[in-house]
Amino acid sequence: MIGPLRAMLMRDLALASGGSAGLGLVFFLLVVTLTPFAVGPDLALLARIGPAILWLGALLATLLGLDRLLQADHEDGGLDLMYLASAPLELMVGAKILAHWLTTCLPLVIAAPLFGAMLDVGPTTSLRVALALLIGTPALACLGAVGAALTVGLRRGGLLAPVLILPLAIPVLIFGVAACDATRDDFAPLGVLGGLALGYAVLGPVAAAGALKLLRD
Amino acid sequence: MRLVAEALSVVRGGRPVLEGVSFSVGAGGALAIVGPNGAGKSTLLRAIAGLLPPASGSVRLEGVDDEIPARESMHMLGHLDAVKSGLSVIRNLAFARDVLGGEGELLPALERVGLARLADLPGGVLSAGQRRRLALARLLAAPRPIWLLDEPTAALDAGGQAALAGLVADHRAKGGMVVAATHAELGFKDGDTLDLEPRT
Repeated sequence: MIGPLRAMLMRDLALASGGSAGLGLVFFLLVVTLTPFAVGPDLALLARIGPAILWLGALLATLLGLDRLLQADHEDGGLDLMYLASAPLELMVGAKILAHWLTTCLPLVIAAPLFGAMLDVGPTTSLRVALALLIGTPALACLGAVGAALTVGLRRGGLLAPVLILPLAIPVLIFGVAACDATRDDFAPLGVLGGLALGYAVLGPVAAAGALKLLRD
Repeated sequence: MRLVAEALSVVRGGRPVLEGVSFSVGAGGALAIVGPNGAGKSTLLRAIAGLLPPASGSVRLEGVDDEIPARESMHMLGHLDAVKSGLSVIRNLAFARDVLGGEGELLPALERVGLARLADLPGGVLSAGQRRRLALARLLAAPRPIWLLDEPTAALDAGGQAALAGLVADHRAKGGMVVAATHAELGFKDGDTLDLEPRT
């Protein structure tokens, strides 16, 4: 059963290295670059809202491109291969989500401390942001897969998927930003974030596979 | 092993496409599904593969281990060839083989369908006929007993059609089954034909 999953993961990694992987990172960079110009030269304010801006940028960058997660395979018949694979569809979708996270979200996590410096976010807070993103972005990717599966048959579903999953992404955002607060010395928000991530990691692939099975034609 | 469909009905988009279709194919057997455009040939194949849920009736495999899901005994070659433009021909085939859980060799499979020369070219440069040949190579790379072929000769030249006929004959000689939707004469020896009536 491992063979099909590894094949799926390696193929999606190979396909992503051919292009789309950098898109989210560039979008993230744009958000972070433009914010200081929009807010004005108030370093204190910038440092205070910095973690929130980083989270917003990372959240939107994660959702960007998620609609393509399953659409490309829907268009060229690859989904049929996934249905007939010798591993359950749930796990195949999980492998795709993992590949998406590695190529799209992990670069955001690594870039976050660097981009934090551009917003005058201190090193401790920056590392907290990176840690919170490391835990929170898998939750967003799993959620996004459900949106992608629900809109897979829609030719212009690009923006519909993020809108569909946004309500469920809000808790991730709230606890993600709360976990970045350097004045706290407990890890309660981080714990909640981890719980959300684990829950979504279980429910996401199952719900996405269920939607694909329900909507196939 | 036997593939049996009983009173199979399928509804697509609120419209019944198939009603009460029954057939049975045994080991080494072949079934050609014929009928005009829109008669439901592709729908029937997808329903057999489990890609479409039946509205009523059933498809089942007799004489097999119940532990293995039916879909793992089937190959489905649809209209779309699932070839990724960004990957080389051989990597496309390797991916399909690994996903389908096969252990066949890649180069001999490509050789058989006449693509060995192009193994390292990206999938994007293949013509429609060559993509179809690559899809046929999957049948060899990941051996499965039941082949569901939707218009397998579409875009194939005479050489490709001969290669396909050879593949099918070898597969049946080994006890495999072939169900094909077709307009062209596929030259199945002593195979059955299922004529689907057009629906109005």
